[in-house]
Amino acid sequence: MSGVSVTKAAEDAVPAANDLVVLSNVNKHFGALHVLQDIDLTIARGEVVVVIGPSGSGKSTLCRTINRLETIDSGAISIDGKPLPQEGKELARLRADVGMVFQSFNLFAHKTVLENVMLGQLKVRKADKTAAEEKARSLLDRVGVATQADKYPSQLSGGQQQRVAIARALAMDPKVMLFDEPTSALDPEMINEVLEVMQQLARDGMTMVVVTHEMGFARSAANRVVFMADGKIVEEAAPDQFFSNPRSDRAKDFLSKILHH
Amino acid sequence: MFDFLEGYDLLGAFWVTVQLAVYSALGSLIWGTLLAGMKVSPVPLMRGFATAYVNVIRNIPLTVIIVFSSLGLFQTLNIQLGASDFTDINFRLAVLALVVYTSAFVCEALRSGINTVPVGQAEAARALGLSFTQVLRLIILPQAFRSVVNPLANVLIALTKNTTVAAAIGVAEAAYLMKGMIEKEAQLILISAVFAFGFICLTLPTGLILGWVSKKVAVKR
Repeated sequence: MSGVSVTKAAEDAVPAANDLVVLSNVNKHFGALHVLQDIDLTIARGEVVVVIGPSGSGKSTLCRTINRLETIDSGAISIDGKPLPQEGKELARLRADVGMVFQSFNLFAHKTVLENVMLGQLKVRKADKTAAEEKARSLLDRVGVATQADKYPSQLSGGQQQRVAIARALAMDPKVMLFDEPTSALDPEMINEVLEVMQQLARDGMTMVVVTHEMGFARSAANRVVFMADGKIVEEAAPDQFFSNPRSDRAKDFLSKILHH
Repeated sequence: MFDFLEGYDLLGAFWVTVQLAVYSALGSLIWGTLLAGMKVSPVPLMRGFATAYVNVIRNIPLTVIIVFSSLGLFQTLNIQLGASDFTDINFRLAVLALVVYTSAFVCEALRSGINTVPVGQAEAARALGLSFTQVLRLIILPQAFRSVVNPLANVLIALTKNTTVAAAIGVAEAAYLMKGMIEKEAQLILISAVFAFGFICLTLPTGLILGWVSKKVAVKR
C-alpha cells in the first residue's frame, strides 16, 4: 500500500521536476507598446524550443526576459523551480546557470578568445586557473576555433566569434542555453558553421531556447516551434506539423512569405 | 647670462612640483574612478552624490579650494593630515585639494569613456553571472580607460600646471620659487622663460608618451 502511494507521488513530481523554464502570464511594455502579452511557455529539460515570428513580434524580448536582461511588468518566470530574483547576487548566481548567445556576439573586446572563455569560470565559478584553461581549450576545440585561442575577437570572422561566444556560455555548464538570433549578423557563408555547432549541442541533449529566422534549423533541430506575432504566442507545435500544416492564419501568412522563394 | 640662477634651488623646486603632480594624479585617478563608478551605479544615492560632487567641485576655482584647505581645514579645524611641520602639512593639504578638484575632471573623462563601451559588453558579462562591481572592474572600466587615455593626458597636463596654485598656501614648488626670484632679481623675462621651459619639459613628454600609449592600448572592435 505504502509502496503504491510513494510511486504515485514520484510520478506527480516528475513533470514538475522536468520543467526547466516556466513563464506564466508574462507581460511587458515598452512605453505604449505591449511587447509581451500574457505569455505562457514551459520548456522541459533537454528540449529544444525554436521561437520564430516576424520582426517586432517580441521574440528577442521574450528570450531576454528569461535571464532578466529585460525586466517584466507582471507574471512570473522560474528556472529549475526557482523564481527569478531581483537584481543582485542571487540573480547573478542564477544567470551563471543560463548561457546566453547574442546576435552581435558581444565577446569581450579587450580580452583574447581564451580569456573570454576562461573569465566566467575564474570569476564566477572560482575555478582553478589550469583547470579553466584546459576546459576553455577543449571547448574551443569542440566549436572548431582552437587555433584562434590567443587572438582578439576583432581578428576573427563573425562565424568564429559566434562560436567562441557559444564556447564562452558552455564554459559555465549552463542548465539552459538562450540563443538570441545567433546567425542574424552573419554573412550567409558563415551561418552554417554556427548552426552546425548548435545542432551538435541539441543532439547532446542541451536545453535550448533559440530565437531565429533559420527555418532549416527549426525543422531539423527543434522539438517544438513557438510562433510569435504582435507580442503573443500564436501557435506552438512540433516542427513537422507547424511547417506543413500551420493552424493559425497568421502563421500561414508568415510561412507563405518566407518559404516560397 | 644665466648668472641670476645661482643660489636658487631650481631643481629642488621643480622636484616639489613633480611630487605634487604625481601624488595628486594617483589620488585623483583613484577617487575619480570611484566617482565614475558611482555615477553609473544602480544605486540612486550614489549616482546623486557623484553628480552633485562633480557639478559643485568643477565649478569652484582651484584657488578657492586650495586656500580653503589651508584656512578652513588646517587653521580653523586644525586638520593636519598626519604631518607635524608646516612644510609637510601644506604639501599634504595641497595634494588633497588638487585631488578633490582634479578627480571631478577624471570622473567626467572616464564617464565619457564608459559611454563608448557597447552595452552588449555589459549584457554579456551580466549574462555570465558577474556582479555589478565585477562587470565594472573586469569589463567596462578596462575598456573605458583605453578609450580615454588622451582626455586623461589633458587632465594630467592641466593638473601639472595647476600645482602652481599650491604656491598660494606656501608650498615651495616652482611657481613659489619664481615669485621669490622675481622680487629679488632683475631679469624678469628670462626668469619667466626659464620656468615656462621647465613646465614644458614636464608636460610635453607626458602628452607625447600618453598619445603613443593611447594608440597602443586602443580596443579594436
